[in-house]
This record gives sequence, C-alpha cells and structure tokens, in this order.
Amino acid sequence: MSALLRIDQLSVRFDGRDVLRALSLEVARGELVALMGPSGVGKTTALRAVAALLPFDSGEIVVDGFALSPGPVPQESRLVALRRRVGFVFQAHALFEHLTALDNVTLALRHVLGKTRAEAETIATALLAELDVGARAVAWPRQLSGGEAQRVAIARALAPDPPLLLMDEPTAALDPARRSVLGATLRRLCQQGRGLLVSTHDAEFARAHADRVITLTA
Amino acid sequence: MIAAFALCLAAVQHPTQVLVWGGDAEGGAPFVEADPADPSRVRGFDVEVAARIARGLGRRSAQFLQVQWSNIDQSVERGDFAIGLSGVEDTPARRARHAVTLPYFEFREVLAVRPEDASRILGLTDLRGRHVATLGSTIAYDMLLGARDSTGLIAISYDDDVHPYSDLVAGRVDAVLLDHIIAQRALRRRGGTGFVILAQPVAIGHYVGVLAQANSALRDSVDRVLREAMRDGSLEQIFRRWNVWDDSQGAFFERVLRGGMAAQAARTATSNQVLAYVPSLARAAVVTLLVSILSMTLAVIAGLALASGRVYGRSVLRVATTLYIEIIRGTPLLLQLFVIYYGLAGVVRLPAFIAAILALGLNYAAYEAEIYRGALEAVPRIQLEAGRTLGFSELQILRLIRGPQALRYALAPMTNDFVALLKDSALVSVITVVELTKQTAIYATNIGSWVVPGALCAIVYLAMSLPLSRLARRLERRWKAP
Repeated sequence: MSALLRIDQLSVRFDGRDVLRALSLEVARGELVALMGPSGVGKTTALRAVAALLPFDSGEIVVDGFALSPGPVPQESRLVALRRRVGFVFQAHALFEHLTALDNVTLALRHVLGKTRAEAETIATALLAELDVGARAVAWPRQLSGGEAQRVAIARALAPDPPLLLMDEPTAALDPARRSVLGATLRRLCQQGRGLLVSTHDAEFARAHADRVITLTA
Repeated sequence: MIAAFALCLAAVQHPTQVLVWGGDAEGGAPFVEADPADPSRVRGFDVEVAARIARGLGRRSAQFLQVQWSNIDQSVERGDFAIGLSGVEDTPARRARHAVTLPYFEFREVLAVRPEDASRILGLTDLRGRHVATLGSTIAYDMLLGARDSTGLIAISYDDDVHPYSDLVAGRVDAVLLDHIIAQRALRRRGGTGFVILAQPVAIGHYVGVLAQANSALRDSVDRVLREAMRDGSLEQIFRRWNVWDDSQGAFFERVLRGGMAAQAARTATSNQVLAYVPSLARAAVVTLLVSILSMTLAVIAGLALASGRVYGRSVLRVATTLYIEIIRGTPLLLQLFVIYYGLAGVVRLPAFIAAILALGLNYAAYEAEIYRGALEAVPRIQLEAGRTLGFSELQILRLIRGPQALRYALAPMTNDFVALLKDSALVSVITVVELTKQTAIYATNIGSWVVPGALCAIVYLAMSLPLSRLARRLERRWKAP
C-alpha cells in the first residue's frame, strides 16, 4: 500500500543553520505517527514544511500523490490540491477570533468548498458534536477553555475532510485526563481511514496512542 | 523693533497723547494698506481720516493697530484701541451695541456681473437661482440673505474681497454684491475687463468709526472733529487724493451737517433678530454634518486603498503610497484646501462643496491609511497561516479573516478621527462653504456678541461629537484584546 505522506531526506536551513537535517518518514492511511524529540529539534518545522507554510532546502514531500519540491513556497493558487489533502491543528489553536466556534468550522466549507450555509452548518454541527463540543457552537473563541478550543480547531481542520491531519503539540496545555480523551479521539480519526502526524514531546502520550514513534535528535 | 516697543509703551503711558485706532490692512487700498515704499507703515483714506481725527482732538499722532476686519467691534469693546476705522459699516446692530460716530463716507452697494450678462441682469430680482458672492459679515451679505427668500438667489460668503471677483470671471459665481469702492478697485486690478459694474446701486450705505459703548464722550468729540473736517474741506481733500470723491459725497456731507443723518435710529438686537439666525445655523449644521460624513467616506475608501498598497503592494507602489501619506501629513490642510480649490481652478473648476470634500477626504485618507496599516499588521501571523491551511486565497484571507479582525483594532481610532474631522470641517469656510463655525461667526458679527451664537454653536458640535466619542469608548471596551 502506498503511503499517504512520504517525506524523503527533508532538510531546512534558517540563516545558514540546519533546523532539520535529512528527515525521512512515511504515514499510511489509518496510522497515527508521533514525531518526538526535545524542543528546537525541528518537529514544528517538519509539520510546517508539509503544510507548505515554509520553504525547504532539499528533499521531497509527497502527500497522496501531490509533490512539494525544494525552493520558495508556491503561490496559493498552485496549492489547491495540497490544501484539500492536509488539515493543520496549530499548537495555539489559532481560531478566528471574530467568529463563533460554529462559524470557524463553516468558513472554509462555504468559501473554499462552495457549500451553502445550511449544508456547511449541518456538517459543522455534526463535527462539533462528534468532538464533544456541540454545546459550545455559539461561543466565541475567547470564551472557550483550552481543551474546547483545541477540539473546535480539530473540527475546523477536519471540515474539508482531508485524509492527512497534522497536529502541533496537541497535549501541551492538557491535563492527564484530557490527554487520554484526546488520544481516544485521535484513534477514532485513524479508524475513519485518516493518517495523523503528531508532533509531541509527551513520551507517555506517544507510547499510549501512536502506532509508530519517530524520534528526532539534535 | 525697539522703536516700535517704545512707541507702544509711550501709547500706554500717555493715552491722551496718541490716538490708537484699529483697522485691517488686509482690506487694502484705498481704505488701509501697507505702504509699498515702507511696509511697516500704512496708508489709505482711513489712515488719513484717523490722522485728521487725532489732529482735531489735539493728539500728537494717530497710531495704527492691525485687527481682523470682522473682529473690530469686539476688539474696540475690549479696549485694544480707541476707535475702529476700516470701511466699518453703519448698521442698527452696531449702533445698538457700540458708540458709533457720524457717517463720514457714503458708498453704494453695487452688483458686478460678467459682460455677457449685463443686458439680462439689472438687479437682485434677476438673479433667481444664481450664485451671488459677497464678503461675510457685511450689510451686503445680510441683504443677500434677505433676498434669498424673495428672489431665490444663492448667497456665497467670502473671507476676502479679491476672490469673489476672480470667481465671477471664472464662472463660479454669477454676480458679486459689494461696496462700489471695492468693485471699482477689483475692476482696475483686472485692467477694466472680465466683468462690468451695474450703474444702478442696490442700496446705499455709510462708513463710520466705532468706539466702545462706554466711550460716548470721546465719540461726541470725534463727531465734532468730523463735522469740522466736512466743513473745512479737509475730508473732501482726503477722499479726492484717494480718487473716491464724487458729487454724491458733497450732497451727503450737507445732509450730515444739517443733522439729517442723526435720524438713523438705533435699533437694538431683539430676540427676533437672534431667532432669525436659528434656521441658518441649522442649515449650517447640516452642511457640517454632510461635509464630514462624505469626507470620512472618501477618507475610509482611499485610506483602505493606500493601506493595502503599503501592506500588499510591490516596492514601487509601497514607495508611492508612503510618499503620498508623508506629503499629506506633512503639509497644512488649509494649504491643501487652497490648492484644490484655487490652485487647480485653471485645470478643473470644482464646486466649493466638492473641493471641500475632496480636500478633507484626501487629507484624512493619509491618517486613516496609517491606522489601517497598523491594524492589518496587528492581526497575528498565525491567523493568516490558519487561513492558508484551510485553502483560502490571499484575497479571501484579507476579506474574511484579516480585514474583519483589523477593523476591530481600527474602529475606535477611526471614530476619534471622525470627531476630529467634524471639527476640522470648519476650515472649509475659507473656500466659501458656509458651515457651522462660519455661520456662527457671521451671526456673532451681525448681532455684535459671541455669547449666544458661541454657546449655540458649541452645543450643536457637542451634540454631534459626544455620541461618537461615547461609541468609540464602548467599542474599545467591548473589543479589548482577550
């Protein structure tokens, strides 16, 4: 079976310094891969390179047949296929502050996928309920707890139904009970056939929930 | 300078020695003007009348004090000088509030029109729906306002007596109503072409000296000197020297000496007179509000375009927008108003109202642009990245994510700017738009007091600006970053 995500010899340099050197990994459909290592080792950089949020210097990234090459980040108009394949959950959630939880989830459905407001709200309501934040649909981001904001951010990333989900340090602000709930949620996403690449420095979380752990060293 | 200081000191220490008189040298010849041979001195028939009065009173000399023409009454009442002389008109309101001398010159209010209109326009009644210019705060302006209701003409008030005639020649106004002395001077300056002065006067008026109400004893002495000067021919000589003497003056002098002019009854400013200005104040308040709203709309649209150019544009566009912003912010709004209205008149003849909105709008656009740029840059990068990962185009990110969030940062300073613009709109009166402050000044000059008009004007401004300030504070509190 071909991998959903293949990273081959990925290297990123900032100001002449190696931030990431020759990283290779694969994520299959239905697989949760944890990317571990101490702070500053390049975990977030790897995720951002896959999401085409920063340029890389050498190597190759292929997401479900869509290849990214070294050099400057292509224009958004050339990344439409990638955006349909990859969802991203930021460590700080980055919910849109001017929109309610529900509208955070419907925004891309309406304006990128062209769904009507009613269709978008049906999908968003179902997603929020599935992630156990259905009751918070009309809340503003600043009214949500850290755990709730994270689940709304997951719902937002899943709304366009991407096969690959990237998550940056999802356990950073969660207590142990919340961590295990999150683990169960992520496993459920894998069972739906999605591939997950999760950066974390929480070894216990990685051991408990990941299919594979890849450790980066400085 | 030391000599001037010493002179002032002397005048203060020996008030009986020197007659200090006030006038406006900006009014120019033949009234009062800076002497081309020695600009530190003034000349003109009013200068010589003042000297004649000083001599008749037994004073050593007459000393000139510069004061803005429309403020002569307030200044004389404050005690800045003993007598105001500078083409000061004889009006009932002035007689009611100040000690006013005998009239010493008779002028005719005359209409000036373009040569091609001379056969069609014979008086105010032929000016229905046409624009008629004059100086603000004059009898002529009051007459035009009075004629507005009966003839439907549109009165345009100016701060100086040069631009009414240049705008007449340029076609911006259809007629000018002013003293025949001013009209003849304007025609001479243009080499006798461009417009004609209608022979039939619209009204007759008189120049007087104005003194503080409490100074009626000195006024009586001045009247005695003026009568003397009419009798001994010295006043006639002065007027002849300045080419303003004609036969009608002789007859006028005789009437004055017979006592016929004393019959001009002093009429007090009644409450009716105060109330008469309320509708024009209301109209002026609407003008202020309209100018402000339309200018702000232009400022917001142009400001958004400028800010987008600075944030998203290539280097040429960034340099161009930065240059615009710095030039506009670095030069006075007053100068920009003059350039757009008078400076561009050779290329495009903008109506005053449009020029006012353009100047205010384009000026405030520079400030708005900086607010929007700051607000756009204050939206965290990660919000834009989140938009990108969801597949939004850059334009969609601006429209759906960055713009709405930036608006929250910008709305409070924008509201503050609107309050500032509301008050800055008073400046557009320099290009003949009569808005609230200008109308108040006209009102105050005509009734001779700033107390009621000033209070009314302040109340109207506050009624417009206070709710806005409150709104700004509320928005600031509500959208304070969490």
